[in-house]
Amino acid sequence: MFRKKKKETLNIVTIGHVDHGKSTLIGRLLLDTGSLPKEKMSEINRISRELGKDAELAFITDQLKEEREKNITIDTTQIFFNSRKRNYVIIDAPGHVEFLKNMITGASQARAAVLLVDAKEGIQEQTKRHAYLIKMLGIENSIILCNKMDSVNYDHDLFEKLKNDLLYFFKDLNISPLSVIPVSAKEGDNITENSRKMPWYTGPSFLKALDSIRTLSDDSIKPLRFAVQDKYFIDGKSIIAGKVISGTITEGGKTVVYPSLAQTAIKQIKVFEEDDRKSASDGENIGLILDESISVERGDFLLDKQVDRQTSFLTDIFWMSKKPMCVDSAYILRCATQEVQCKPVKINKRINSSTLEVIEENAKELHLNEAGEIIFQTDKPIIMENFDYIEELGRFVIEQDYNLLGAGIKKHS
Amino acid sequence: MDHIKELENKSIYIIREAYSRFRNIALLWSIGKDSTAMLWIARKAFFGKIPFPVVHIDTGYKFREIYSFRDKYSKEWDLDLSISRNEKAIKSGMGPDKEKLECCNALKTEALKMTINEYKYQALLLAIRRDEHGIRAKERYFSPRNADFKWNYKNQPAELWNLYKSKIEAEKHFRIHPMLHWTEIDIWRYVQKENIPTVDLYFAQQGKRFRSIGCETCCSPVPSKANTMKKIIKELEITDISERSGRAQDKEDAYTMQKLRSLGYM
Repeated sequence: MFRKKKKETLNIVTIGHVDHGKSTLIGRLLLDTGSLPKEKMSEINRISRELGKDAELAFITDQLKEEREKNITIDTTQIFFNSRKRNYVIIDAPGHVEFLKNMITGASQARAAVLLVDAKEGIQEQTKRHAYLIKMLGIENSIILCNKMDSVNYDHDLFEKLKNDLLYFFKDLNISPLSVIPVSAKEGDNITENSRKMPWYTGPSFLKALDSIRTLSDDSIKPLRFAVQDKYFIDGKSIIAGKVISGTITEGGKTVVYPSLAQTAIKQIKVFEEDDRKSASDGENIGLILDESISVERGDFLLDKQVDRQTSFLTDIFWMSKKPMCVDSAYILRCATQEVQCKPVKINKRINSSTLEVIEENAKELHLNEAGEIIFQTDKPIIMENFDYIEELGRFVIEQDYNLLGAGIKKHS
Repeated sequence: MDHIKELENKSIYIIREAYSRFRNIALLWSIGKDSTAMLWIARKAFFGKIPFPVVHIDTGYKFREIYSFRDKYSKEWDLDLSISRNEKAIKSGMGPDKEKLECCNALKTEALKMTINEYKYQALLLAIRRDEHGIRAKERYFSPRNADFKWNYKNQPAELWNLYKSKIEAEKHFRIHPMLHWTEIDIWRYVQKENIPTVDLYFAQQGKRFRSIGCETCCSPVPSKANTMKKIIKELEITDISERSGRAQDKEDAYTMQKLRSLGYM
């Protein structure tokens, strides 16, 4: 039977130093791929005129009045566009250091990153910090754009030098970008098509480079990790609601409850209006009926095989709070539906997230916008996996009172 | 898993997360396609019976079709329907002949405030989507509001992965947006796939249809021949007219939506 191939969707985040052209790039991409409603462009032209500016492509994403008047991006936003190959969600992230939490919010939803560097200004503080953060957030695919080539007369030598500097820095971070492309977002050079103004550049246009990103991940063949989210009592029955994070769960199959390590069987899989459902796999949010005698709470996990209880984790974290993190202080750690008390027992390294320089080893505190290699001890066993194995169980946040203070990734120990 | 299934699962997770964290929540149902799709997903999340109230903010100026749809399906889906109206403002003559910002604020935002104050909901589920409007695109899934219902858009909390903020001071409440990541065309593909009932106004009659519905007085139809779901999807694949082009409250000035939303509008 003839079947139309379904297009996949890829979330990409634009990152880089303030004013290096992230929002303008998005505007250009939407404009040149015909993704903007007619009235949108006339609105942008009108508002730009009112503010005494040329048509400002950045206004497509910079929607707040404050953003347009000051020409900055304050908060992250998401916008949709399609190429012939796939659907994209572009996440615009602010470049100012004071809006880093918004940048991280945006980047945490992305599978690929586009790093912009102003050809004239070169590598700046947030260029490096953002590159570090996408590495830390586990974003494997990246494209680098040397933007504003129009402001340097499309100079080939300057581009080559900047490219080498960038690749040198990325090597330190252990990132290998898919392409480094000279562009002008403002003028539309090398964005959707190769520009005649840079005949010396023979690589792909930005859009072509985006389309060549490959994402492969199959979590269905991994071990079963079912996160318990809640319990409902419906028609006299207790239904365990939760998400299959990895693997496959099967009716009648044996299962181990973590952390109690009690063993039981899956009596029934519940999916609304699918009475004959016999299995469910990664990404599905379902209901389960277990033997009534087994006690299961939110934060528990159902596994296919027993694993050791863990309470100590080696992690990389990024600290977002003005109040420093202190060794041996109490915090809340959240990973999937798990939420436990924890304390950092050892800060192996305190790292400047822009220069990557180790500020201190075996430190007592971690400060705002610093990164750290930290050992956490939790008060109850939780299940975590290496980020590159089961993503959702490799990432966590640190909270205290009402606030999110830091975010991290479990490291191979 | 296909794209639509992925979107649906993410929404189920968010709706269950909201209920798990707060219990005392409500779902805001405007009877439009987005909140009806959200309602549909909530029924799936709770195996057919939504365990919290479904609130309709009624301005008194909604389309006739909206009221009849509401009454029919609230019975069919066994909803705990709660209708909220700012009677005082309606009686004192507030209406669409006044300034749009003032009218939306009084008949929608104020009515919403009254409901939250009366029932002390800790969280409200709303079906706004990022692709509807640039201001909505800046939203979080779990968005805290202060006691005055103000949205502090200049300083929103960080929101990482699916580890949504769950704790706020007692006087505050959450707006929760389970449909934030859906686009207009995703909604229609879902409506088609699941055969979800929608108000007839979305389907073209005499060369016109509504892309977005609300108060009869402030919605205009767009030219269209799409009188089936399939044709609507086809139309959306090629259109260069924006979804809310027929909504008067977005048009008054470039920042009306920002002003409305900072005051607590949906």
